[in-house]
Amino acid sequence: MMIEWMIAFLLGSCLVGLVRIVIGPSAADRLTALNLVGSQVIALLVLIAQRAGSTQYLDVAMVYAVFGFLGLLAFTRYLSGRRKSD
Amino acid sequence: MNYLAALFFVVGIFFAVTGHIGLLRAPDFFTRLQASSTCSTTSVLSILVASMIISGLSPFTGRVAAITLFFAISSPVSTHIIARYAWEEGIVPWRRLK
Repeated sequence: MMIEWMIAFLLGSCLVGLVRIVIGPSAADRLTALNLVGSQVIALLVLIAQRAGSTQYLDVAMVYAVFGFLGLLAFTRYLSGRRKSD
Repeated sequence: MNYLAALFFVVGIFFAVTGHIGLLRAPDFFTRLQASSTCSTTSVLSILVASMIISGLSPFTGRVAAITLFFAISSPVSTHIIARYAWEEGIVPWRRLK
């Protein structure tokens, strides 16, 4: 029961984080909101694994954590490189 | 055991709500970054700790502990990467107008 409420709360807070991704004035704001939403998706996947009682979703959460970090690094590299080439 | 997990869930909900209020209401990029990153790190870590408490001593707990360890390292580092990018981009920090 507690886990279902927590999953619903995390889904709602991911939606609130997407608002800042849509209205963010600069690219850095969007990166901040993307980092927030990504970290909450990790917690959501762990809770879904807890509810399902299987460890398959935990592998998804681990891979999501690693590739979210690498994707953020790639985004900042790309945006910085675009600024220097101008 | 169950009440301890509920306490950690409540701590996670509190910090998540605080982080989202900061993300939506703060006036500047750096203040938004500070509010959202610290609060999201604390809330997600407490939710993961509550999940470990619920499942007890099992292989599930070990995997969640690995995710927790990686997240505790990678989340402040990614915040630092975003802040350094914004600083080199030339975004001026917000000041209160006198």
